[in-house]
Amino acid sequence: MELKEAIKPGKMNLQEILKPENLVYGKSEVLNDDVMHYCPGCSHGVVHKILAELIDEMGIQEKTVGVAPVGCAVFAYNYIDIDWQEAAHGRAPAVATGIARLNPENFVFTYQGDGDLASIGSAEIMHACNRGENILVIFINNGIYGMTGGQMAPTTLEGMVTATTPYGRNVDLNGYPMKITNLIAQLPGTSYVTRQAVHTPASVRKCKRSIKKAIQNVLDKKGTSFVEVVSTCNSGWKMTPVDANKWMEENMIPYYPLGDLKDSVKGEHSDN
Amino acid sequence: MGEVKLMKGNEVLAEAAIRCGCDGYFGYPITPQSEVMETLMARQPWNSTGMVVLQAESEVASINMVYGAAATGKKVMTSSSSPGISLMAEGISYIAGAELPCLIVNVQRGGPGLGTIQPSQADYFQAVKGGGHGDYKMIVLAPSSVQEMNDFVDLGFELAFKYRNPAMILADGAIGQMMEKVELADYKPRWTKEEVLEKNGDWATTGKTASRKKNIVTSLEMDSAKMEQNNLRFQEKYRKMEEEDVRYEAIQCDDADFVIVAFGTSSRVCLKAVEVARAKGLKVGLLRPITLFPFPNKAIKELARKTKGFLSVEMSAGQMVEDIKLAVYEAGSNARVDHFGRMGGIIPTPTEVVEALEEKFSWELSYGVKRSY
Amino acid sequence: MTEEMIIAGFGGQGVLSMGKILAYSGIMEDKEVTWFPSYGPEMRGGTANVTVIVSDTRISSPILQEFDTAIILNQQSMDKFEKAVKPGGTLLYDPNGVINPPTRTDINIYKVEATKTAVEMGNPKVFNMIVFGSYLKVRPILSLDNVEKGLEKSLPERYHKLIPLNLEAIQKGQEIVKDVQLV
Repeated sequence: MELKEAIKPGKMNLQEILKPENLVYGKSEVLNDDVMHYCPGCSHGVVHKILAELIDEMGIQEKTVGVAPVGCAVFAYNYIDIDWQEAAHGRAPAVATGIARLNPENFVFTYQGDGDLASIGSAEIMHACNRGENILVIFINNGIYGMTGGQMAPTTLEGMVTATTPYGRNVDLNGYPMKITNLIAQLPGTSYVTRQAVHTPASVRKCKRSIKKAIQNVLDKKGTSFVEVVSTCNSGWKMTPVDANKWMEENMIPYYPLGDLKDSVKGEHSDN
Repeated sequence: MGEVKLMKGNEVLAEAAIRCGCDGYFGYPITPQSEVMETLMARQPWNSTGMVVLQAESEVASINMVYGAAATGKKVMTSSSSPGISLMAEGISYIAGAELPCLIVNVQRGGPGLGTIQPSQADYFQAVKGGGHGDYKMIVLAPSSVQEMNDFVDLGFELAFKYRNPAMILADGAIGQMMEKVELADYKPRWTKEEVLEKNGDWATTGKTASRKKNIVTSLEMDSAKMEQNNLRFQEKYRKMEEEDVRYEAIQCDDADFVIVAFGTSSRVCLKAVEVARAKGLKVGLLRPITLFPFPNKAIKELARKTKGFLSVEMSAGQMVEDIKLAVYEAGSNARVDHFGRMGGIIPTPTEVVEALEEKFSWELSYGVKRSY
Repeated sequence: MTEEMIIAGFGGQGVLSMGKILAYSGIMEDKEVTWFPSYGPEMRGGTANVTVIVSDTRISSPILQEFDTAIILNQQSMDKFEKAVKPGGTLLYDPNGVINPPTRTDINIYKVEATKTAVEMGNPKVFNMIVFGSYLKVRPILSLDNVEKGLEKSLPERYHKLIPLNLEAIQKGQEIVKDVQLV
């Protein structure tokens, strides 16, 4: 990209750079100025930013209701300026069902982690998707319980060390890492099921396009849209943000490959 | 006069919900209350009033659908029976903690565990003392007739919205399955979008507009000082309920030496027992709590000053009896409080009640005065 | 006036629906009514019984130990409810399937050959209305006009064409009921 002559390095001092007319990036107004409680390097902040930008760009702030989970994103309602409801652990899809059924003109989404969605809330997510509720589900999969201090999640990889698998996940003892998004894609109530990541600028842009499509599907009453974001938890993984991104690329993404699992309309089965 | 019909208690709950302008029902089948959702599905109110009816995948899901739907500021409800209500306990605690209005119906059956499908009143503690975690209370209405099953739906919503708090109708299998003459209420339209905004727009998830801050419905507060303030506000609300919304019926209590206290189905049995006892020359009255929370504590206290004894008749091992004892203790009275109950789905008979009264208060009956300790 | 009664027999005999029509007829007569069935697994093919109370005043207990009237339609119910009739009360039964007829002498006992008559009328389904007719003859607590209205109210619209047949059965029941103690 060709930078404007005026803002090339060395041409302006700090005061000039900060002038509104010289800014090259604006934060969406929907994302407020509260300081996020997320750890540096966490994927949540990026996904929040994408959501806020899309709500802003698509002009749907007045009709959007978010359902926050139990997990690190429990405080999502502090950062995105829309109406929110905080659900019990795992129950966000049922809560969203209640809201969307009563106010079908609203855009309702849930924002859930892997413990919330794939463990304690596995029944609610399956049935909401199977009914084809007109909601968007954002599923943050970092293979660990971040908020409670790094315990094993259903999506924890085999051999991965967590607070409750101190010698690594043993599939004989703990079962297998669960590809719940693949199960969701089997359900005829879903219209769009995809798995994305936000660890590189390119993946962020791609993830944003996916979430935008998912929101549009909900607005068009096409059934449930489901976006998994394979994410890092550098605190829980006990790595630096850079190492966490690398570890995710080398370990998480091969097991949870990125891409669309279903792009169809409600009522159709997927071959995935 | 409204339309008069012969209907089952469970069917009437559904009919009353449609007629009072209820916006949504979320439920899961369980005996002995499945007719509630069956009636709603047959009536298809989404074609007439616009009411939403949905069969959830579990009671856990249905109460959370109610939680979500209640947050929109509309009138929503669920119904279940004892084991299902246990599953809902978590959700009810969230609803109370987030201060949302909704109506929950428990058509009780015998427990514990899978128990029996026959009627019981053993969920009294669960209903009035909490059931879920944390310091919260529900408004609990105890219908004793099919007519009251009708009347308490509207009343339940009215109180739920007055206090922004869950209200429960605590019925039992007998009232759910029984048919009686019922005068149905006239249709009330559902609230319009504008009415919802006007009444509840300052807290409901109606969508954030430029003119207001975002509404956040949550029970979470990490700051302990603020969380304590929340709790104090809840307690103040519960005290207000005790001041303003106690309901009960006193029958032949004025000259009574002994007062039977009973609610719901057992109060019907006891109404007959009063007749039988009076025919035998015993001065017996009946106090029927209509609200179990707030409990008619003051009424019991007043009676405690002049009666010799209270007999709590419940279809349980004795739960409400503890609240009666508390009121009598607070009154500083030495009136004796005892309990008679049947369990396992058995309803006591009027004769059994009178026999129990004679046996348990034989001292008072022999000596004619209060027994002192 | 308060009439506390039990109707007891097998599931499928129309015990519950007879009670319902009786209760609806009571409403048409501006009475208070309660219809309280036994419910649960025992309904499926086993015995079925329903307590019906019709009264001028507020109805108290739906759970009763003794009844003004018992309508008994099988032996199990006879064993259970003959003793539950109040002294001076009424027992009405169909002898079909009742091996041991009632023996009490302090109550009024009537019998109605309803099973047999229903077969003769070519419609076993009107069995319960024949019994109902007999009941109305021996306990005339409701006017026939209101019974007809009660039928209209309790039957779905699509069955209204069957009302004349039901009224005929009620008429028949009134004719054939016999006072056992006079026989």
